[in-house]
Amino acid sequence: MRLNCPLCGSRDRREFYYRGAADYLDRPEPDAPPEAWDNYLHLRDNPMGVTKDLWYHDQGCTSWLLVTRNTLTHEILDVKLVAEAGE
Amino acid sequence: MPELIAKPALDAAPVTLAGITLSVADPGRITFVAPFPGQEKAVAKLLKPLGLGFPAPNTALTKGEARIVWTVRGQAALIGVPVPEGMQAAAAVTDQTDGLAAFALRGARAAEVLARLVPIDLREAVFPPGSAARSGLNHMPLILVREEAGFLILTFRSMARTAWAELNEVLHHIEARDRLTN
Repeated sequence: MRLNCPLCGSRDRREFYYRGAADYLDRPEPDAPPEAWDNYLHLRDNPMGVTKDLWYHDQGCTSWLLVTRNTLTHEILDVKLVAEAGE
Repeated sequence: MPELIAKPALDAAPVTLAGITLSVADPGRITFVAPFPGQEKAVAKLLKPLGLGFPAPNTALTKGEARIVWTVRGQAALIGVPVPEGMQAAAAVTDQTDGLAAFALRGARAAEVLARLVPIDLREAVFPPGSAARSGLNHMPLILVREEAGFLILTFRSMARTAWAELNEVLHHIEARDRLTN
Protein backbone atom coordinates (compact mmCIF):
# COMPACT_ATOMS: atom_id res chain seq x y z
CA MET A 1 0.00 0.00 0.00
CA ARG A 2 1.25 3.48 -0.89
CA LEU A 3 -0.03 6.94 0.00
CA ASN A 4 0.59 9.96 -2.19
CA CYS A 5 1.69 12.53 0.41
CA PRO A 6 0.92 16.04 -0.91
CA LEU A 7 4.39 17.20 0.20
CA CYS A 8 6.67 14.17 -0.11
CA GLY A 9 5.10 12.31 -3.02
CA SER A 10 4.27 8.61 -3.25
CA ARG A 11 5.51 6.81 -0.15
CA ASP A 12 5.38 3.34 1.35
CA ARG A 13 2.86 2.53 4.09
CA ARG A 14 5.65 1.91 6.63
CA GLU A 15 6.34 5.67 6.78
CA PHE A 16 2.84 6.39 8.10
CA TYR A 17 0.92 5.96 11.32
CA TYR A 18 -2.83 5.27 11.22
CA ARG A 19 -4.88 7.34 13.66
CA GLY A 20 -8.49 6.41 12.88
CA ALA A 21 -11.65 7.82 11.36
CA ALA A 22 -11.68 11.43 10.12
CA ASP A 23 -14.42 12.01 12.76
CA TYR A 24 -11.56 12.99 15.08
CA LEU A 25 -11.34 16.29 13.18
CA ASP A 26 -14.83 17.30 14.38
CA ARG A 27 -14.23 17.78 18.08
CA PRO A 28 -17.39 18.99 19.88
CA GLU A 29 -17.39 22.26 21.82
CA PRO A 30 -16.50 21.82 25.52
CA ASP A 31 -20.13 22.52 26.54
CA ALA A 32 -21.64 20.19 23.91
CA PRO A 33 -24.22 17.66 25.20
CA PRO A 34 -22.91 14.27 26.40
CA GLU A 35 -24.44 12.62 23.31
CA ALA A 36 -22.11 14.65 21.06
CA TRP A 37 -19.09 13.60 23.11
CA ASP A 38 -20.25 9.98 23.18
CA ASN A 39 -20.55 10.08 19.40
CA TYR A 40 -17.14 11.73 19.00
CA LEU A 41 -15.33 9.32 21.27
CA HIS A 42 -17.03 5.99 20.68
CA LEU A 43 -19.46 5.77 17.77
CA ARG A 44 -17.95 4.95 14.39
CA ASP A 45 -19.46 4.05 11.05
CA ASN A 46 -18.07 0.98 9.37
CA PRO A 47 -18.71 1.78 5.71
CA MET A 48 -18.47 -0.72 2.89
CA GLY A 49 -17.07 1.62 0.26
CA VAL A 50 -15.66 5.12 0.52
CA THR A 51 -14.32 6.14 3.94
CA LYS A 52 -12.15 8.95 5.27
CA ASP A 53 -9.45 8.54 7.87
CA LEU A 54 -6.45 10.23 9.41
CA TRP A 55 -2.87 9.20 8.83
CA TYR A 56 0.29 10.76 10.21
CA HIS A 57 3.41 10.91 8.06
CA ASP A 58 5.70 10.27 10.99
CA GLN A 59 8.74 9.08 9.02
CA GLY A 60 8.36 11.89 6.52
CA CYS A 61 7.10 15.45 6.62
CA THR A 62 5.30 14.95 9.99
CA SER A 63 2.01 16.16 8.47
CA TRP A 64 -1.47 14.92 9.34
CA LEU A 65 -3.19 13.60 6.24
CA LEU A 66 -6.86 13.22 5.41
CA VAL A 67 -7.08 10.06 3.32
CA THR A 68 -10.15 9.11 1.28
CA ARG A 69 -10.12 5.43 0.38
CA ASN A 70 -12.43 2.63 -0.66
CA THR A 71 -12.69 -0.31 1.74
CA LEU A 72 -14.09 -2.54 -1.01
CA THR A 73 -11.48 -1.96 -3.72
CA HIS A 74 -8.62 -0.73 -1.47
CA GLU A 75 -8.29 2.21 -3.84
CA ILE A 76 -6.76 5.41 -2.40
CA LEU A 77 -8.96 8.17 -3.85
CA ASP A 78 -7.48 11.30 -2.31
CA VAL A 79 -4.84 12.48 0.15
CA LYS A 80 -4.98 16.01 1.59
CA LEU A 81 -3.04 17.89 4.24
CA VAL A 82 -5.31 18.32 7.26
CA ALA A 83 -3.70 21.74 7.77
CA GLU A 84 -4.98 22.86 4.37
CA ALA A 85 -8.22 20.84 4.16
CA GLY A 86 -9.91 23.09 6.72
CA GLU A 87 -9.15 26.33 4.89
CA MET B 1 30.37 27.64 32.72
CA PRO B 2 32.10 24.27 32.45
CA GLU B 3 34.33 23.83 29.46
CA LEU B 4 32.68 21.57 26.95
CA ILE B 5 34.72 19.52 24.54
CA ALA B 6 33.26 19.11 21.06
CA LYS B 7 33.40 15.49 19.96
CA PRO B 8 32.35 13.86 16.70
CA ALA B 9 29.26 11.66 16.84
CA LEU B 10 31.33 8.66 15.86
CA ASP B 11 35.01 7.88 15.63
CA ALA B 12 35.11 5.64 12.58
CA ALA B 13 37.56 5.45 9.70
CA PRO B 14 36.10 5.73 6.17
CA VAL B 15 35.15 2.42 4.55
CA THR B 16 35.45 1.83 0.79
CA LEU B 17 33.90 -1.28 -0.70
CA ALA B 18 32.67 -1.95 -4.25
CA GLY B 19 33.78 1.55 -5.23
CA ILE B 20 31.47 3.16 -2.66
CA THR B 21 32.91 5.17 0.24
CA LEU B 22 31.12 5.65 3.55
CA SER B 23 32.53 8.24 5.94
CA VAL B 24 31.54 10.36 8.90
CA ALA B 25 30.83 13.86 7.58
CA ASP B 26 31.17 17.22 9.24
CA PRO B 27 28.77 19.55 7.41
CA GLY B 28 29.32 22.28 10.01
CA ARG B 29 26.63 24.08 11.87
CA ILE B 30 23.06 22.81 11.47
CA THR B 31 20.10 25.02 12.37
CA PHE B 32 16.41 24.33 11.87
CA VAL B 33 14.61 27.41 10.58
CA ALA B 34 10.80 27.45 10.70
CA PRO B 35 9.30 30.74 9.43
CA PHE B 36 6.54 32.20 11.62
CA PRO B 37 3.16 32.49 9.84
CA GLY B 38 3.34 35.23 7.23
CA GLN B 39 7.12 35.63 7.62
CA GLU B 40 8.14 33.47 4.65
CA LYS B 41 9.19 36.50 2.60
CA ALA B 42 11.21 37.99 5.47
CA VAL B 43 13.05 34.69 5.92
CA ALA B 44 13.78 34.43 2.20
CA LYS B 45 15.17 37.98 2.29
CA LEU B 46 17.49 37.12 5.19
CA LEU B 47 18.75 34.06 3.32
CA LYS B 48 19.40 35.96 0.10
CA PRO B 49 22.84 37.38 1.07
CA LEU B 50 23.96 33.75 1.55
CA GLY B 51 22.88 33.00 -2.01
CA LEU B 52 20.04 30.85 -0.68
CA GLY B 53 16.27 31.01 -0.37
CA PHE B 54 13.66 28.96 1.43
CA PRO B 55 13.65 25.55 -0.31
CA ALA B 56 10.57 23.97 -1.85
CA PRO B 57 9.54 20.54 -0.47
CA ASN B 58 11.99 17.75 -1.35
CA THR B 59 14.75 20.11 -2.46
CA ALA B 60 18.02 21.54 -1.20
CA LEU B 61 19.79 24.74 -2.24
CA THR B 62 23.58 25.01 -2.17
CA LYS B 63 25.92 27.98 -2.50
CA GLY B 64 29.56 27.25 -1.66
CA GLU B 65 29.75 25.99 1.93
CA ALA B 66 26.20 27.11 2.70
CA ARG B 67 23.15 25.04 2.05
CA ILE B 68 19.55 24.83 3.11
CA VAL B 69 17.56 21.62 3.05
CA TRP B 70 13.79 21.22 3.25
CA THR B 71 13.01 19.03 6.27
CA VAL B 72 9.28 19.13 7.05
CA ARG B 73 6.27 21.32 6.29
CA GLY B 74 7.32 24.91 7.03
CA GLN B 75 10.85 24.05 8.16
CA ALA B 76 14.29 23.80 6.61
CA ALA B 77 17.79 23.00 7.89
CA LEU B 78 20.39 25.68 7.33
CA ILE B 79 23.76 23.92 7.10
CA GLY B 80 27.37 25.08 7.10
CA VAL B 81 26.84 28.72 8.01
CA PRO B 82 25.83 30.75 11.09
CA VAL B 83 22.24 31.94 11.24
CA PRO B 84 21.82 35.38 9.61
CA GLU B 85 21.29 38.15 12.11
CA GLY B 86 17.63 39.02 12.66
CA MET B 87 16.37 35.52 11.80
CA GLN B 88 14.99 34.99 15.32
CA ALA B 89 12.40 37.70 14.69
CA ALA B 90 11.06 35.98 11.57
CA ALA B 91 11.39 32.28 12.35
CA ALA B 92 11.68 29.68 15.07
CA VAL B 93 15.39 28.91 15.10
CA THR B 94 16.84 25.83 16.81
CA ASP B 95 20.46 24.73 16.80
CA GLN B 96 20.72 21.04 15.84
CA THR B 97 24.49 20.83 15.31
CA ASP B 98 24.96 18.47 18.26
CA GLY B 99 21.66 16.69 17.71
CA LEU B 100 22.36 15.16 14.33
CA ALA B 101 25.00 12.82 13.01
CA ALA B 102 26.11 13.18 9.39
CA PHE B 103 27.49 10.63 6.97
CA ALA B 104 28.72 10.93 3.41
CA LEU B 105 28.13 8.16 0.91
CA ARG B 106 30.16 8.63 -2.26
CA GLY B 107 30.50 6.77 -5.50
CA ALA B 108 28.55 6.07 -8.67
CA ARG B 109 26.73 3.18 -6.95
CA ALA B 110 25.90 4.97 -3.70
CA ALA B 111 22.18 4.77 -4.44
CA GLU B 112 22.44 0.96 -4.42
CA VAL B 113 23.38 1.07 -0.74
CA LEU B 114 20.42 3.23 0.20
CA ALA B 115 18.08 1.15 -1.96
CA ARG B 116 18.25 -1.51 0.76
CA LEU B 117 17.47 0.87 3.60
CA VAL B 118 15.37 3.77 2.31
CA PRO B 119 11.88 3.07 0.88
CA ILE B 120 12.00 5.69 -1.88
CA ASP B 121 13.28 5.76 -5.44
CA LEU B 122 16.78 7.27 -5.35
CA ARG B 123 17.89 6.62 -8.91
CA GLU B 124 19.54 9.70 -10.36
CA ALA B 125 16.81 10.28 -12.96
CA VAL B 126 14.19 10.54 -10.19
CA PHE B 127 16.31 11.97 -7.38
CA PRO B 128 18.94 14.21 -9.04
CA PRO B 129 21.44 16.49 -7.27
CA GLY B 130 19.48 19.22 -5.50
CA SER B 131 16.90 16.74 -4.27
CA ALA B 132 16.27 16.12 -0.59
CA ALA B 133 13.91 13.81 1.27
CA ARG B 134 12.61 13.13 4.70
CA SER B 135 12.19 9.39 5.10
CA GLY B 136 13.54 6.46 7.09
CA LEU B 137 16.99 4.85 7.10
CA ASN B 138 15.63 1.41 7.90
CA HIS B 139 13.87 2.22 11.22
CA MET B 140 15.68 5.53 11.88
CA PRO B 141 14.47 9.02 11.01
CA LEU B 142 16.40 10.33 8.02
CA ILE B 143 17.14 13.59 6.25
CA LEU B 144 18.69 12.73 2.90
CA VAL B 145 20.40 15.15 0.52
CA ARG B 146 21.53 14.25 -2.99
CA GLU B 147 24.89 15.75 -3.89
CA GLU B 148 26.84 15.69 -7.13
CA ALA B 149 29.10 12.87 -5.92
CA GLY B 150 26.71 10.97 -3.69
CA PHE B 151 24.55 11.55 -0.63
CA LEU B 152 24.63 13.43 2.65
CA ILE B 153 22.84 11.38 5.31
CA LEU B 154 21.58 12.99 8.51
CA THR B 155 20.05 11.06 11.39
CA PHE B 156 19.74 11.53 15.14
CA ARG B 157 23.10 11.59 16.86
CA SER B 158 21.89 9.06 19.41
CA MET B 159 21.53 6.58 16.53
CA ALA B 160 24.90 7.31 14.92
CA ARG B 161 26.46 3.91 15.68
CA THR B 162 23.39 2.00 14.52
CA ALA B 163 23.20 4.02 11.30
CA TRP B 164 26.89 3.38 10.66
CA ALA B 165 26.45 -0.35 11.30
CA GLU B 166 23.47 -0.61 8.96
CA LEU B 167 25.21 1.27 6.13
CA ASN B 168 28.41 -0.66 6.65
CA GLU B 169 26.57 -3.99 6.51
CA VAL B 170 24.97 -3.10 3.17
CA LEU B 171 28.39 -2.13 1.77
CA HIS B 172 29.64 -5.60 2.72
CA HIS B 173 26.58 -7.24 1.12
CA ILE B 174 27.19 -5.44 -2.17
CA GLU B 175 30.89 -6.21 -2.14
CA ALA B 176 30.19 -9.88 -1.40
CA ARG B 177 27.66 -10.13 -4.20
CA ASP B 178 30.16 -8.51 -6.61
CA ARG B 179 32.75 -11.10 -5.63
CA LEU B 180 30.34 -13.99 -6.22
CA THR B 181 29.02 -12.80 -9.55
CA ASN B 182 32.21 -11.50 -11.17
